[in-house]
Amino acid sequence: MKELIRKLSELRGISGSEYRISDEIINQFKAVSDEVYKDNLGNVIAVKKCKKGNAPRIMIEAHMDEIGLMVRDIDENGFIGFVNIGGVDGRILPGGEVIIHGLRDVKGVIGAKPPHLQTADEAKTALKMSDMVIDTGLTSEQIREIVSVGDTITVKGDFRELLSDNVTGKSLDDRAGIAALIKTFEMISGKELNADIYAVAAVCEEVGGRGAAVAGYSIKPDIAIAIDVTHGVTPDNSKNGFELGSGVAIAKGPNLHPLVVDRLLGIAKEKDIKYTIEVEGGDTGTDAWILQVVDEGIPTALLSIPLRYMHTTVETLNIKDAEAISKLLAEFCLRIDDNMEEWLCF
Amino acid sequence: MFLKKLCEFDCVSGNEKAVRDYIRNEIYQYADEIVIDSIGNLIVKRTGVSSKKTVMLDAHTDEVGFIISGITDKGFLEFKTVGGIDTRVIISKRVRVGKNKIPGVIGIKAIHLLEKSERNEVPKIKSLYIDIGASSKEEAEKYVELGDYAAFDTEYEDLTDDLIKAKAIDDRAGCAILMELIKEKPKYDTYFCFSAQEEVGLRGAKIAVNRIKPDIALAIEATTSSDVAPSEEKDYVIRLGNGAAVSFADGATIASEEFYKKLLSVAEEEGIKAQTKAAITGGNDAGAIHLAQGGIKCATISVPCRYIHSPAGIASKADIDSVKQLAGAFLRRIDEFY
Repeated sequence: MKELIRKLSELRGISGSEYRISDEIINQFKAVSDEVYKDNLGNVIAVKKCKKGNAPRIMIEAHMDEIGLMVRDIDENGFIGFVNIGGVDGRILPGGEVIIHGLRDVKGVIGAKPPHLQTADEAKTALKMSDMVIDTGLTSEQIREIVSVGDTITVKGDFRELLSDNVTGKSLDDRAGIAALIKTFEMISGKELNADIYAVAAVCEEVGGRGAAVAGYSIKPDIAIAIDVTHGVTPDNSKNGFELGSGVAIAKGPNLHPLVVDRLLGIAKEKDIKYTIEVEGGDTGTDAWILQVVDEGIPTALLSIPLRYMHTTVETLNIKDAEAISKLLAEFCLRIDDNMEEWLCF
Repeated sequence: MFLKKLCEFDCVSGNEKAVRDYIRNEIYQYADEIVIDSIGNLIVKRTGVSSKKTVMLDAHTDEVGFIISGITDKGFLEFKTVGGIDTRVIISKRVRVGKNKIPGVIGIKAIHLLEKSERNEVPKIKSLYIDIGASSKEEAEKYVELGDYAAFDTEYEDLTDDLIKAKAIDDRAGCAILMELIKEKPKYDTYFCFSAQEEVGLRGAKIAVNRIKPDIALAIEATTSSDVAPSEEKDYVIRLGNGAAVSFADGATIASEEFYKKLLSVAEEEGIKAQTKAAITGGNDAGAIHLAQGGIKCATISVPCRYIHSPAGIASKADIDSVKQLAGAFLRRIDEFY
């Protein structure tokens, strides 16, 4: 799981540019799927067929896009101005490294006015994104040959192993979710299924769940389970979070179908899979929120991996929590039986 | 050739041993005398053709970084900064902690959880911490002790044919230059001083100079290259690629006018690219050296470096070579500088 998360975390594709990484994700799914295809929006859909007539369809889903930046302008000295795609906190950028995806990849550093040229007030205020530039060391002429306005930019955030099975990297939100899907398929391979299982690596979650909406419509699953990350506990966030290593966060609330949730909880208890319960009063801020109201509606659940420092270059999570998700998902898929319609009825 | 290796050492002020040992081993063969003093300066003497005069070249071995000051019950590391670091450049960055280089990160509360007013605020150092993934205080204590140092975890990389990106270019670039210059036998007894603790107040140079007692001294430094877009062009005091930066004054020193002017004219005569550092901010070991021993003639030549004291500085190999050429010319034409 660790190596898979590392590999997926190091891929570079912001919302709208998932085509840069979808081949690799297709490759990862191929070995464990009956069929893998890409839809019109770029969602990668992997299928495991049960080869039974009128079988129920279960969709398990995570998003493959990452937040990032886009080239806004190039000045006469070659410095690159940029805008954000998705929820980027500008405060994480100064002193950071990026890769600009032009005709070829170009490395850069995000600079800002040097401290000794700042006024005392300036030093106390976070820099605005519009006051930052990317420095590639290339001249304006050189950079314009490679990079154009509108090219995408990803932040650098090398993967590192920390203590206690914790790892840190960029885009663990939600590549760790994709890894959990691949591992789930691995776990159910060769086992008898009573449902067709669709694993979706969705595009454009970070800009509003667009990929999930389209995939949900075309697959029309009987049940959809979204896999995402949720906030981890840190010294500056002790109340709104989950401890790393505490297992799967199983969401409850109006966004989630209570009977699907009950079933997941029952399996977790029975199989001794570590879990906690996450309560959301409305929008969960994930693809689950979108999937619930696709077409005529889908019974939806949400499983999350606790993650510290969400939307930074140092996102941190525990490998065991991702593994717990795969175990729970695999067991859930294997247990779909002829009674599903019954237990799914209110 | 030494620079990549030098920049990869994690040697925050007070913890210079690793880089000091490396330098000593590399230049041992050229040394006529080696002293490592009480603060950790590495002072290497190369005997000259004549011993009539004593010359000092200085570069500092330390870099800015962090020191671990506490461990929370949950295993997060509290820290203090060592040297001047802008809090804004350390957020969401990687660090290596202690002599075993335990990987850690400086995180920040997710943007989703911020109050609107918090979005423009720079967090206080006191509220930040290093996360090494420890599950408890006990686990953290197995890997980290209070007083351990932490440094930026940055890869040394070529950005273009000429530009490099690394941490600690300030002042490993200076160290690399001294390591090259010591290879040539000097005219007079010359002390190559690899000073400790520059970043916390020029502490090493202050005592090294009293041991060396030079007649003339030259500090080889890295200095802020401010030719970056959000600054206005009038504030571009130094430009990357414009060669060795010769200071006439900074926050700690007003250089000997005849000395720095001579450096500039030598640069011109020898066709070495040089520029004046037109800002009186910052400070370096020259500040300690020129006030020692009843006053010592001292100047500074610097390598321009963008984003100094941050995880990722940028410097030009050509500039580093210009600084080396100019310092080399200084040693060869030393008589002209008295």
